[in-house]
Amino acid sequence: MPPRVDLKKCNGCEGRDESCCEEVCPGDLMAVNEETMKAFCRSLRDCWDCMSCIKACPKNALETRIPYQLGYHRATLKPIVGKNTITWKCTDIFGRVTTYKYKNRLDV
Amino acid sequence: MADSASKRASRNLPKTLEDVPVEVVTCDLLIIGGGNAGCFVAVEAKKIKPDLKVAIMEKANIKRSGACSAGMDAINTYIPAGKTPEDLVRWSRSQVGGGPLREDLALSNARELNEAVDDLERWGLPILRDEQGERKYRGKWDISIHGEQLKPIMAEKAEESGAQVYNRVVGTALLMDGARCAGAMGFGVRDGKFYIFRAKATVVSTGGAGTLYKSYTADATDSAHQIWMCPYCVGSGYAMGFRQGAELTSLEQRWVATRTKDFCGPVDTVSVGYQAPIINCKDEKILQTRYAHLGGDSAPRFIRANAPMEEWLAGRGPTYCDTRNLAPDLVAAMMTDYLNERPSFVLFLASRGQDVTKDPIEIYGSDPYIVGGHTMGGFWVDLERMTTVPGLFAAGETAGGNPNKFVGGCAAEGKLAARGAVKYMAGLELPELDAAQAAAEKDRVFAPLLKGADFDGVSPLAMRERLQRLMDEYAGGTSQFYRTNAERLQYALKHIKMLRSQFRYLLAQDLHDLMLAHETMDRVDVSEAVCHHLLARRETRWPGWQTRADFPEKDDENFDCFVETKRDPQTGEVVAFTRPYVQLVPGDRAKP
Repeated sequence: MPPRVDLKKCNGCEGRDESCCEEVCPGDLMAVNEETMKAFCRSLRDCWDCMSCIKACPKNALETRIPYQLGYHRATLKPIVGKNTITWKCTDIFGRVTTYKYKNRLDV
Repeated sequence: MADSASKRASRNLPKTLEDVPVEVVTCDLLIIGGGNAGCFVAVEAKKIKPDLKVAIMEKANIKRSGACSAGMDAINTYIPAGKTPEDLVRWSRSQVGGGPLREDLALSNARELNEAVDDLERWGLPILRDEQGERKYRGKWDISIHGEQLKPIMAEKAEESGAQVYNRVVGTALLMDGARCAGAMGFGVRDGKFYIFRAKATVVSTGGAGTLYKSYTADATDSAHQIWMCPYCVGSGYAMGFRQGAELTSLEQRWVATRTKDFCGPVDTVSVGYQAPIINCKDEKILQTRYAHLGGDSAPRFIRANAPMEEWLAGRGPTYCDTRNLAPDLVAAMMTDYLNERPSFVLFLASRGQDVTKDPIEIYGSDPYIVGGHTMGGFWVDLERMTTVPGLFAAGETAGGNPNKFVGGCAAEGKLAARGAVKYMAGLELPELDAAQAAAEKDRVFAPLLKGADFDGVSPLAMRERLQRLMDEYAGGTSQFYRTNAERLQYALKHIKMLRSQFRYLLAQDLHDLMLAHETMDRVDVSEAVCHHLLARRETRWPGWQTRADFPEKDDENFDCFVETKRDPQTGEVVAFTRPYVQLVPGDRAKP
């Protein structure tokens, strides 16, 4: 299921040649509507849920959602990308929150 | 130096073929596909010869492209102290039921393997270490990593090497000089240009082929791509080579894996990494009971992959990885592994409200993939990794005959292919550009986009789904518990011919759609090869990976050998034949 775009937060990465999500999507699925300057996914069924765009978004405007046919309403998983670390905050359908933080790069 | 050809998709679509701008790139070495293997090809080639002009043609952006785009949780092969490359080949051979496999390729790869993995660590990949500072093994050969940044790390090194990166350029065909490969052609999915890359040597490293078969999760859900392999690796490299007569090997040894059910995530992570046994609905430990005679938990990989599906077929599903006895710190470590490779699986569990220490993780069989880094399907290559088309090399999932390479082995193979390609081009001049060949390909590439507003055609998506249903039901997909027979394969081949005759109706609305059109055509060509391979192996050697309902037994007398196919570039006719297996590493082939 493709990322949902929070239209209040997304500014289409104004000023960049391409938005961060359209830059990284391995399936060429993310694009920006040049009238509204909001990102959108051009083919909802083709998303792999790899979350590359979610991690790349500087505005935290994107969210991966599991299709309802496969998972219940409503769980969230949000990455916070730091310098050489990543923190994931996961909230399940009962509101239970789990946080995971670890090093994703060595200091070289 | 990164030279991103692409930015935002062009809204000015061409009205005629003459409107399409052409860009000719001249280089020494062309790499088609800047994934795991492709990045290593670039780094190694520039290391050998810094003045070499290297170009990477990448249909996505190498920062996050290919099978590693989501990240990775383990390097599945790293030779521990006290073991030898020969030991690794013995293990690999036992995993594929004693072979056949290309032991020459496997040995040369094993000798390069650790150095390539060490490169990754030097580049900044966190490899987990125990209290003594030793690499932490999660099984006999696989080491744990925090590989969320694996692909960006590789991409940075490829860019720093000085290779010229052409992001968002889709490869569609090889450029030929007679029987020799002299580069490749394609189009910019953002800039709309027709690209001609002229090269003395070309490495194809486009990854494997997922999405040839329908995934069971595509039925009545919003998600057509809820699969394990990166769905944007569709086999274009296989298709480009096959169309020019490059020989393919062992495509019938498909990769079918046990995966988490309803949301395809890795299972070795749980079953091997955390010793969670595979159980059926009666809490029976399947491998330890029903497959004890085949090695139990150490049974060959295809046996382990197929076991849960056999339970479902026998009426003993659902099947699970029993995580109920996992200690809390191990649950956290397991979730971290998933976040590194398949983060959205953690979200999936949360969307089921599932506590894995109370409810075990459900598992099921995946859709079949052609992935020469995992199983053996790919181009027949020599020791230099050159295919049977001179000037065309293969690395990673595209190179066949040598299974169980995974991330480390594909990286090592990138280095080997780079060395082979550099050696090959010594003293070679670039041939003249064949303008007629380029013009014909430009015409073929842009045809779906130039049909005109009134054209009543077929969408690339509709044709893809027609093919995926056909392959699933007739060529041994998940819905058929991977079984097929001669009649079903003939049926599939007949309809594949029909699909090919309808390529002329494909209609693309924009440049992205044009990419989908070419991906669909490539899938059709690879599927044809897969069907010929399945048809030619008239035995069942690797149940699940390759199951012939009409020949249910293994037939060593006739099929302890490789099955090959070749397509005539002029007529399109496909022939299947065999090549002998050669044992180089002594020992009982069934034993590690």
